[in-house]
Amino acid sequence: MFDNLSLLTQLAPVLNVQLLLDGLFVGAVFVLAAYGLALVWGVMNVKNLAQGEYVIMGGYFAWHLGTFGIHPVLSLPLVFGLMFVFGWVVYLLVIKWVISRDLFTSLLATFGIALIVQQALNLAYGPEVRTAEAGFGTNRLFGGLVTVADIKLISFGLCILLAASVIVFMKKSRMGQAIRATAQDPRAAKIMGIDTEQVYAFTYALNAAICGAAGVIVSMIWVIQPFYGIPHSIRAFVIVTAAGLGNIPGVIIAGLGLGVAEQYSGFVLGLEFQQATALILLLLVLIWRQIQLAQHRQVVQ
Amino acid sequence: MTYRKESVRTHSAILPRTFSGLVLAGAAAGMIAAGPAGAKVEGDTIILGSANSLTGKYSSNGIDTQNGYDLAIKKINEMGGVTVGGKQYKLAVTYYDDESTPARTAQLLERLIEQDGVQYILGPYSSPTTIAAAPVVEKYKVPMVEAEGASRALFNKGYKYTFAVLSTSEQYLASAIGLAAEVAEKNGKKPSDVRVAMIFENDAFSQDVRAGVVEDMAKYDMQVILDDKMPSDLSDISASLTKVKALKPDLLVISGHNKGAVTAARQIKELQVEVPMIAMTHCEGAKVIDQFGASADGYLCPTQWAETLSYSDEYFGSAAEYDKLFKETYDGYTTVPYQAAQASAAVLVWKDALERANSLDPQKVRDALAATDMQTFYGQIKFSEAGNNIAKPMVLRQIQNGEYNVVAPSKWASHELVWPREAMY
Repeated sequence: MFDNLSLLTQLAPVLNVQLLLDGLFVGAVFVLAAYGLALVWGVMNVKNLAQGEYVIMGGYFAWHLGTFGIHPVLSLPLVFGLMFVFGWVVYLLVIKWVISRDLFTSLLATFGIALIVQQALNLAYGPEVRTAEAGFGTNRLFGGLVTVADIKLISFGLCILLAASVIVFMKKSRMGQAIRATAQDPRAAKIMGIDTEQVYAFTYALNAAICGAAGVIVSMIWVIQPFYGIPHSIRAFVIVTAAGLGNIPGVIIAGLGLGVAEQYSGFVLGLEFQQATALILLLLVLIWRQIQLAQHRQVVQ
Repeated sequence: MTYRKESVRTHSAILPRTFSGLVLAGAAAGMIAAGPAGAKVEGDTIILGSANSLTGKYSSNGIDTQNGYDLAIKKINEMGGVTVGGKQYKLAVTYYDDESTPARTAQLLERLIEQDGVQYILGPYSSPTTIAAAPVVEKYKVPMVEAEGASRALFNKGYKYTFAVLSTSEQYLASAIGLAAEVAEKNGKKPSDVRVAMIFENDAFSQDVRAGVVEDMAKYDMQVILDDKMPSDLSDISASLTKVKALKPDLLVISGHNKGAVTAARQIKELQVEVPMIAMTHCEGAKVIDQFGASADGYLCPTQWAETLSYSDEYFGSAAEYDKLFKETYDGYTTVPYQAAQASAAVLVWKDALERANSLDPQKVRDALAATDMQTFYGQIKFSEAGNNIAKPMVLRQIQNGEYNVVAPSKWASHELVWPREAMY
């Protein structure tokens, strides 16, 4: 561990750039899935455990379209559309019936969806890992010690574009306003003539679409496999919990931060701790929250 | 496939229903005692038995294994079969499907031995199922020749009835260490100067591979400069590869099944890792050449067997001739998996041992198996005390211009090692 630290501080400090960049690039993908979760959680109070499975599903769609000769970057809008439709269908089949039930019903239902998606992907594509190859080059910085794959830059740009357009959509469009109104007070929204049923369906479908888009990017920069969704789900939950619901800048910062933190802990503590990072951070955040709350209570007293 | 009904079942059909439970149990015990003598040889056919994975997660390799067994049985029978005590016997196999579940493998072996009276076992496919099978054959003192279980757990328990024709998992990448030492000496350096970086998945197989690497490194007194474990989902090892770039090792060894190999090949390409020698398991399974093209050039990939090797025997001829015969016999193979080749070799071992024992007594055959020392198209076969094959080395193939070429061990190599590797990123 200490020799790893000295590597970063003395021998090759330029590696910090590599870790930071890799962390930010992958963090941007985490942001997308987390943002979708925040949306569904905030608007419908459904904690969607199938988040990571939608990511992987999007990745498989991109891979499948790739076999028809469609470049993965170009398949992104197609996958977005496909996953939107899929999300809508899942809403009508399952989510609609559990939305007014208690927490555990929706947790169980979405967990069930996650299992079905995993197994369906396994049946359709087999258990081997897949990657969608974009075929772009790699840039070398600092004499090759730091490399930035073009695909990661492009993915990062796509993430920003996607996140920005969703935010603008939520602020400016009628549907976005309706979603926000429903999130604030579904009854009031209903009274004002908003078809909340449709808002819910739209929100859930939008979430699936965002996750699918994130999955396209995952298939281009990492690897996909039918059972690799769980770490993505966990990350999304950690980010949303840390940032707080409805806090979009918080989600972005937490997501990027988690990406960087994972790279650093993988480097310093060893790769096997990379995925533990998310959970350790979650613990720290929850402890911090408790302390804050305790202080707050004292002030009120 | 040859599924056989055993004579034991016809006995049970004629048992009167009025027998009390006690008498039934007694009769059953008598049948078991009587069964083996009549069932292991039917007329002029010696029956081998195998519980193999024909369905479930191992089924594709399980079927390769069965094809390998069947091809060798066919070949031996065509060449006159097995001569024991001056009499010619044909070989046949009773197969059961273990559904890729170790518990089922153990059950089915009990059934093969107890009910069907089979006294000669061919191994199942995969290490976990073979690990379940070994204690059963040990209990009944029935010898098993297995071709598909490489885990070290099979060879450190003092089993006396399990014999494996393949190289064990510790040997998978150990040959890369020997090769690195050779290269160092050729370049006027000491093997102890070789600096090695290791990235291994945290599971039984990869840790076995690691143990073999560490053991061989100790022989040359090489230095470990990185010893990382992969994260559980194996989707990102870039942090370790970044370290590798800074530490500049002479040799990088990686093992994490197909999934780890895909991740490693992709990220080595992205991060443009420049190490003169990279050895990795599961290159073929991960299809690194198809997916990552020229960036995978120079990888050293271990394999149990390759059709380009210059091994040969009297049954199949050379490795290349086996390859040809296998493709002619079974449709749908573009390359012959080594799993099939070693399965065929296991059957050859049975023939050889039965003839040398010159007896059908399982104990005598077991002793003959232990004394096996034969050359086959799959390589030399000679068992250690523990039952693993110590005569056949693991073969290292290097990816050269998109082809797998055997580069080590040098005695059987068809091509020169390209060093340092020239990857085109």
